[in-house]
Amino acid sequence: MVGALILAAAAGAVALLLLAVRLWVVLSPRAPVPRRSLSLLVVAGSGGHTTEILRLLENLSNAYSPRHYIVADTDEMSTHKINSFEQIRADRNPSATVLCNGPGTCVPICISALLLGILGIKKVIIVYVESICRVEHLSLSGKILFHLSDYFIVQWPTLKEKYPKSVYLGRIV
Amino acid sequence: MKCVFVTVGTTSFDDLIACVSAHDNLQIIQSLGYNRLVLQIGRGKVVPEPFSTESFTLDVYRYKDSLKEDLQKADLVISHAGAGSCLETLEKRKPLVVVINERLMNNHQLELAKQLHKDGHLFYCTCSMLPGLLQSMDLSTLKCFPPGQPEKFSAFLDKVVGLQK
Repeated sequence: MVGALILAAAAGAVALLLLAVRLWVVLSPRAPVPRRSLSLLVVAGSGGHTTEILRLLENLSNAYSPRHYIVADTDEMSTHKINSFEQIRADRNPSATVLCNGPGTCVPICISALLLGILGIKKVIIVYVESICRVEHLSLSGKILFHLSDYFIVQWPTLKEKYPKSVYLGRIV
Repeated sequence: MKCVFVTVGTTSFDDLIACVSAHDNLQIIQSLGYNRLVLQIGRGKVVPEPFSTESFTLDVYRYKDSLKEDLQKADLVISHAGAGSCLETLEKRKPLVVVINERLMNNHQLELAKQLHKDGHLFYCTCSMLPGLLQSMDLSTLKCFPPGQPEKFSAFLDKVVGLQK
């Protein structure tokens, strides 16, 4: 009985260790693989979040293709904004990248993307851009994804000071 | 024709709409030389009656696909603390008064409005302080707002994902 318990505990510990090692491997920095295009998954928030992320997309080249969007069922406003954005932007021309800026809906999506890496299926680059609204404090999604993203971008110097591992490029929206 | 544009974004902010459309405040707005007031009221329950006289016009609507045109025409913008509204107004180089909604607890958008106020880009008040601020503020003291640089983001992303030109 005691033997079985010790065995189970040991197996659990090994599994946890494996998970930790995979997580560390997946998130450790690596040299970029040269490529001509890559697919992009955009997690749209609502209202201001969608506006903000579309401003970032406006400047991306068409090499980020195809672009997939995740929008909440109830969020017609964002669907509308994204549709008109994509119509204006004619596609001239696939690893993968997830781009998100909160709110909470993006956390499970990023964790799924991370799982693909942990299981060794596909390395997905997770880029999180903290909203311009966040001057001194990270959002809840930000606090979680700070540890789980490949690149974590903040838009105010105060946050860069508090979170030295984040990327500060000035105001980008 | 001098115009004040009030915007609450996709939310509702009845206190603000009720405040700016109150008789006394319409008088103040008129006394400052404005002869048109446009209210974008979103989901609000307070819906002032539009009117037009020789000297003053009040227009009211809930949403438009784009507020660009109204922002463009405005000489003064009074807005909720929403980041989208604040940034768009400042980019169009319009004088901005942000009115904070005291009924919204822990409104995270306040961080941005406060910072932009600290940096001298906008005025900032509550509904009850608005009439006083409108009469006392000097728009020429507002500092110009430099545009954001999304091209820095695309350059960064291209580099880290290894995209070749």
